[in-house]
Amino acid sequence: MSNDLRAAVAAGVMASEDAHRSLLQSTVEVARGIFSAKAATIFLYDEETDELVFEAVSGLGAQALIGNRIPSSTGIAGWVLVTRQPLVLEDVSQDPRWGGREIAERTGYTPQGLMAVPLIHEEDSVGVLQVLDRPQETRFSLEEMELLGLFANQSAIGLDLLRKARRARGVLDESGVEVEALARLAGAVDRLEGPKRQAGLDLLRSLEGLITH
Amino acid sequence: MSSAEHLPAWSLPAGAAESLELPTEWPGRVTREWAWGDSTGKDVRVCILDSGIELGHPLVGEIEGAVAVEVGPGDEIRVVEDAEGDLCGHGTACAGIVRSIAPDCKVFSVRVLGAGFTGSGTALLGGLRWAVENGFHVINMSLSTTKSQFAGLLHEAADAAYFRRTVLVASAHNMPVESYPWRFSSVISVGSHEETDPLAYYYNPKPPVEFFARGVDVEVAWLGGGSARSTGNSFATPHMTGICALVLGKHPELTPFQLKSTLYLTASNVVEADE
Repeated sequence: MSNDLRAAVAAGVMASEDAHRSLLQSTVEVARGIFSAKAATIFLYDEETDELVFEAVSGLGAQALIGNRIPSSTGIAGWVLVTRQPLVLEDVSQDPRWGGREIAERTGYTPQGLMAVPLIHEEDSVGVLQVLDRPQETRFSLEEMELLGLFANQSAIGLDLLRKARRARGVLDESGVEVEALARLAGAVDRLEGPKRQAGLDLLRSLEGLITH
Repeated sequence: MSSAEHLPAWSLPAGAAESLELPTEWPGRVTREWAWGDSTGKDVRVCILDSGIELGHPLVGEIEGAVAVEVGPGDEIRVVEDAEGDLCGHGTACAGIVRSIAPDCKVFSVRVLGAGFTGSGTALLGGLRWAVENGFHVINMSLSTTKSQFAGLLHEAADAAYFRRTVLVASAHNMPVESYPWRFSSVISVGSHEETDPLAYYYNPKPPVEFFARGVDVEVAWLGGGSARSTGNSFATPHMTGICALVLGKHPELTPFQLKSTLYLTASNVVEADE
């Protein structure tokens, strides 16, 4: 079984797209909470189109942002994705070209500042987490920067899972009914309990023996 | 026989030690006054490898020139004149910090952003090679890549810079990830401290990060002739770049090794410990 196929079958028993969305939504909610910020967003990098896609938003009351795309190497989010460097900006003087533009255009809300951190998993820069408008009465500290980095690490793992699951689902879609049938079978066995589960696994093992010899 | 071209490159024959006479008179004790007193960084060519520089920004002033690195099919690199300015604001911020420390240095922009994420490692490497070939004295790299396929090539470029007397100043990562080129010993790697003095910097006896410079709550130039308050190692790096420009403005003959030694001897924690 190829790696893609294995991943596809695994995806059959993995959590649904909805569950992954919940994970990302929870991530932006927590990010916003940790820093007492007005909003938080996650961008996922789309390799096929070389763009950044809004995947989750908290606090702007504008779920319409989700699915919007921006170029992968311009603006603050693009800079952070490409350079792998976290960045905090505050009191940004009003200029239509600054990195808050894409948010301002679609929500009417113009952030005065943001923290942006790359979501790096292994060698890959998989996306960008932005936390908008933390309270400015306190001076930013390196401790907060470290916290942002730690949190970004955890978020990157979630984003990587989502990316892999989507890729696997793509394989399922392209492969048609045969792989889907396998995934369904794997899912059915996984839901069994006790002796029935053992019997199901024994049956699969026998089947494997039969078709590989 | 003091010019670099006449020095023995690979070995030192008997009686040739005289040819190693150094052009710099090293004082008994290296002080900040000796290192950069009265220097404005004049005639030092500084390259900002970043997102471009906004033309005519009051905190940056005149720049020497600007090019952009384009990545074509088959990862072919083209370096072209750049009229785009800054695609993000970060390059302008770095240029402004360097200018605030070394007001008379020459600032040049090499834009390596804008070619998309896919071509970004290739653009970074191409831009660095171009800058090294063009003989800048200091190259500010507030960026890094995590792609191991570029590690060896970046390492070669960093060593080439070192031997050609081009100083690479690179942002360290403050997240637990492997990235390059700041991890190489031939570059000056920079992390942040929280103090407000732009000339305060610390030597770190526990590398890979070698120096800490001002990187928290820094007032920087931003797009549209404006400004912002910023935090990150990527802003600490141009502080060290500016200090390098000051030292090289006064002592242009220093090699990167000598420059790094000078930075060590004049670091805030070393100076204080010596007093």
